[in-house]
Amino acid sequence: MTFIAKPKVAHPSLPRNALGFTRRDYEGALSTLCAGCGHDSITAAIVEACWGLSLEPQNLVKLSGIGCSSKTTAYFVSGGHGFNSVHGRMPSIATGANAANRRLSYIGVSGDGDTLSIGLGQFCHAVRRNLDMLYIIENNGVYGLTKGQFSASADIGSKAKKGETNLQPPIDPVLLALDLGATFVARSFSGDKRQLVPLIEAGLRHRGFALIDVLSPCVTFNDHEGSTKSYAYTREHYEPAVLADFVPREREITADYGAGEASEVTLHDGSRIVLRKLDADYDPADRQAAAAKVQERMSSGEYLTGLIYLDASGERPEFHQVNRTPEAPLNSLPYEALMPGRKALEKILARYR
Amino acid sequence: MTTRRVNDFTIKIATVNGTGSASANTLLMKSIFRSGVPVMGKNFFPSNIQGLPTWYEIRVSRDGHVARSGRVDLMVALNPETYARDVKEVAPGGFLVYDSTWPRPALLSRPDITVIGVPLAQMCNEHFSGVRTRILMKNICYAGALAALLSLDIERIRGLLAETYAKKPQLLESNVQAIKLGYDYARQHFECPLPLTVEPMDRTAGHIMIDGNTAAALGCVYAGATVAAWYPITPSTSLMDAFKSFCDRLRVDPETGTRRFAFIQAEDELAAIGMVLGASWNGARSFTATSGPGISLMNEFLGLAYYAEVPAVIFDVQRVGPSTGMPTRTQQGDLMACAYASHGDTRHVCLYPANPEECFYMARDAFDLAERLQTPVMVLSDLDIGMNDWMCPDLEWDEAYRPDRGKVLGLEEIRKLEKFHRYLDKDGDGIPWRTLPGVHPKAAYFTRGSGHTQFGAYTEDSADYQLVLDRLLRKWDTAKRRVPPAIVDGAGSELGIVSLGSSDSAIREALAVLRGRGVAIDYLRVRAFPFGEEVERFLAAHRLSFVVEQNRDAQLRSLLTLETAVEKAKLRSLLHYSGLPVSSSFIVEGVLAEIAPAAAQSQDIAHA
Repeated sequence: MTFIAKPKVAHPSLPRNALGFTRRDYEGALSTLCAGCGHDSITAAIVEACWGLSLEPQNLVKLSGIGCSSKTTAYFVSGGHGFNSVHGRMPSIATGANAANRRLSYIGVSGDGDTLSIGLGQFCHAVRRNLDMLYIIENNGVYGLTKGQFSASADIGSKAKKGETNLQPPIDPVLLALDLGATFVARSFSGDKRQLVPLIEAGLRHRGFALIDVLSPCVTFNDHEGSTKSYAYTREHYEPAVLADFVPREREITADYGAGEASEVTLHDGSRIVLRKLDADYDPADRQAAAAKVQERMSSGEYLTGLIYLDASGERPEFHQVNRTPEAPLNSLPYEALMPGRKALEKILARYR
Repeated sequence: MTTRRVNDFTIKIATVNGTGSASANTLLMKSIFRSGVPVMGKNFFPSNIQGLPTWYEIRVSRDGHVARSGRVDLMVALNPETYARDVKEVAPGGFLVYDSTWPRPALLSRPDITVIGVPLAQMCNEHFSGVRTRILMKNICYAGALAALLSLDIERIRGLLAETYAKKPQLLESNVQAIKLGYDYARQHFECPLPLTVEPMDRTAGHIMIDGNTAAALGCVYAGATVAAWYPITPSTSLMDAFKSFCDRLRVDPETGTRRFAFIQAEDELAAIGMVLGASWNGARSFTATSGPGISLMNEFLGLAYYAEVPAVIFDVQRVGPSTGMPTRTQQGDLMACAYASHGDTRHVCLYPANPEECFYMARDAFDLAERLQTPVMVLSDLDIGMNDWMCPDLEWDEAYRPDRGKVLGLEEIRKLEKFHRYLDKDGDGIPWRTLPGVHPKAAYFTRGSGHTQFGAYTEDSADYQLVLDRLLRKWDTAKRRVPPAIVDGAGSELGIVSLGSSDSAIREALAVLRGRGVAIDYLRVRAFPFGEEVERFLAAHRLSFVVEQNRDAQLRSLLTLETAVEKAKLRSLLHYSGLPVSSSFIVEGVLAEIAPAAAQSQDIAHA
């Protein structure tokens, strides 16, 4: 319950990041979700990633819509401002906030209902604008807060808790984002923190729109036999294609990769993503091939996971590059730089005489 | 026989949409304006790109009246489809100009008007080549004929053309030629000028001719707005276009090409208002412009902004509803929809500019109020103000002005705080303090539309919820004292007129007529919602107040009865909702019909 204050006691031996913060410093209010909810694992992964990146807590802006997933922005990084907006409209809040201050990191947390039904339009346009943000979908195939209706990501044939079978095809956010030109497209599983944390780190540092669709089982309404979004089903059917390790600029690569196993992609800020392909033929830089592979696995009931597609070339400009905004955030420009002055007004008025 | 009317008559031009008559009409307007004579232009256009009927009304008024006069003295009938109604509309003793290339016996059906035939098409076909050029030049040609008929200064017209086509000498040449064709033909075939004459005056110095959307956009530039998000909708689109074009000229770094503004065409109005909220929440001055349908779509976010206390500026350039209605006609039909937009107990600060001049200043005020009060502020202009050219005094800018950014804690103030609480009423005015993202972790808070305590935490506790809701009411009281006060004209009469927005110009003219006839009547122009005490006082002091507004359902009257102590019976509605701007004669007739029914019928007051 959020009204129960979470004790803020950190054991002195807890590891500290470059800013001297422990993981506890990146936590938020106590979760009010059901025990065992996949979303809480994602929250933990976000905490881990923000700590790992040594992010100044106040520089993280947390945005969400409405639904179980959207509540979670209150459960991490309490030192960053949060905006829990209205159902399906988080992308527009993110767009405006980002327009006002391009220097902060924006993380949006949404659900499959929030993104793929009521918010599908705004989601598509945020991708299209290549808005510089990390967009996480906590995808459980079900409407939790309203007690168990199918969402638009529910698979054909998936069974609801009360027994009815979903007959409509799902909208897949990964395929959609690939189609709309997203520059960072990933899928993961709330139960695989090792895969998820570096994806979040990389997504936060990626310049442009980064999507991580995280399969996140709903323990209350969608974790039964016959559901294709249950823990058991997901564990059995998720197939990592490309593992990504995130390496900040200031850190050396320490992991030992076998010859030919890993390739490196440098992000705009100098940090690197080390990609480890589990399938030698897979190329995460090939948009079409990525989409084809996702579809192929989907048709056999498998979820392809990992960093499915990455374009870190910077060739596709993000929102501010298109708008040509200055480096200094718009909200920091002094009034004097915005007001043209009295003389200019006289000149303007001359055209209306 | 028509009596001579110097600088006091109305011209109406009936054409087909998309034939390029706008430039001819602007030319006529400007040439009259530059001869020092007050002039007004109103465009009655269809929701169409090409082919439907369109009219343009030019009122020449030595007394400076800028409302519709309610009569037509000279009709330029160039659209065969509307001949019948156009002929009917000419006042007895008036004039009608038509294209006499083809015989039009229908136009000769009025013995009480003078019909003037000018073979526009024939002359243009002889002198110009190319279908498009011929059509365009036909318009310029009638402007030339009118110049002769009304004794406009032909040199001034040439000068205007030279300014317009400074960079296109070929176009200048054909335009000058077309003007001359019309001018010479009229001079050779008719007695020029007509009894309707323009004589130079000196009443337009220190004035400009500008539309409200342009003026509002300029106000946004000067107020320091940096994030503009919108979705195209008539009649608000030109406001955003103007903002962009001013910024392109005034806010682009000449060396780097960087732009000190963000201009975002959103996917719909829901996204547009969301972007405005996101940007305002994050400390930028941000706004959107829309019309009624957009306001409907924005309702959900407006409720969030009210409850979560996020500043926002929304221009509602009202058009005719309900639903899609008549997109290119004017109305004051969104008063209720804006005042109480969104579900639950919500109420919003609204400003009601009466003309482009006020659009400029109220744009600035809207940002100051939105940030001071941490709430959406809606500026309710309308199509008549927004898209028509109005004569108004030069816009002035006080360089000492600095934006009121409201209660935002800076880094140093935050450092000194032990703890930050977002919704605490520390100052007793109902306005809490806010912080911006990225400043300090201690100042972070969670913005939500769900129930929250005064400390910003989620709540479902009745007392905590009510505490915040009641504090919002205290803020509403503060708003009453901060919004622009109503303007009162006259005192001590038993009768009053109460109105708002673009109805003002017609009312002021009607007041002159009524008072000229010995009717003692005062006038209150509401400029904002919530209403200040002066509104309450005016209503209490008058036995009967006529509430003049441009909608069917008496929305202003409803607001007054809901929000003040006035008895319903003391408010008499005068409602004009044809989609055309209200004329002074409508108001004069309405008032007289109530107070002196016999007088209203016996005299030709409509054309006084």
